[in-house]
Amino acid sequence: MTAIQILFYLFSTIAILSALMVVASTNPVRGVLSLVLTFFAMAGIWLLLHAEFLALILVLVYVGAVMTLFLFVVMMLRVNVASMREGFVRYLPFGIVLSLVIVGLIVVAIGPKQFGLTSMPIPPTKDINYNNLAELGMVLYTQYAYPFEIAAVLLLAAIVAAISLTHRKPHQRKIQNIGKQITVKRADRVRLIAMPSVKKMNVSDKPSGETS
Amino acid sequence: MISLSDFLIVAAILFGISIAGIIINRKNIIVLLMSIELMLLAVNTNFIAFSYFQGNTVGELFVFFILAVAAAEAAIGLAIMMVLFRKSGTIEVDKLDLLKG
Repeated sequence: MTAIQILFYLFSTIAILSALMVVASTNPVRGVLSLVLTFFAMAGIWLLLHAEFLALILVLVYVGAVMTLFLFVVMMLRVNVASMREGFVRYLPFGIVLSLVIVGLIVVAIGPKQFGLTSMPIPPTKDINYNNLAELGMVLYTQYAYPFEIAAVLLLAAIVAAISLTHRKPHQRKIQNIGKQITVKRADRVRLIAMPSVKKMNVSDKPSGETS
Repeated sequence: MISLSDFLIVAAILFGISIAGIIINRKNIIVLLMSIELMLLAVNTNFIAFSYFQGNTVGELFVFFILAVAAAEAAIGLAIMMVLFRKSGTIEVDKLDLLKG
């Protein structure tokens, strides 16, 4: 058993166990953290597949940005765990059976007979000057420049949509409304009340006749 | 050495787990979104494995685009979830019948 095989089995075991924890977790925060662990383990597997740039992007963008967003949103919401898990036991056998059937079918289709080492040998090792990032960029900025631009526009649209969905007007800000200030009339502010004069007046009770 | 089918089997198991998660947790919209992320991860692993074994960079490029789309999807999904929570005070899937569908 070589070191690469040990790493592969270690990473895949961690990934599968933490994916099971994502699905079965009672606490949503714990589920998000398990998903972070899954992403880390799969980034290790992607490194074994010589996709260094994408593995780093997975850690930086997914764990660093998307999962942090998930975590913040989960912490902001008030989740009723008991009612969330109502159908859990009822659908559990159905889910297990269906996923076993699907995994079994996929494994039959992609088993060692089709994609084993004999039909798909390990590609030759790249020379020492090989650069995964440069290789990706060569294709991305020449042949696929137009889809790249479309992806950028898509992200911009996502930013605009997310902000406009969640943004709400400040309702308690004490802001000066100049238009209202300069159109005010004297009658709006000053009220004259006729009342009989009082003989004795203490310091404590304020004159309540003329308010301005 | 590790063959292509080993990588594909790991991805298939992840995909199956996320399908089970969607079926089991059908009331919890957070776990639904997380299962979708897990599914995309499994599919991306397939793309990268084929790209490495066939010596073709375009597969990795496709993963790049899938990551961009998935990030946008997660952002908008979470924003919609926040709006729903503000409007109705709950995020349970079967209580979200605002549109009377």
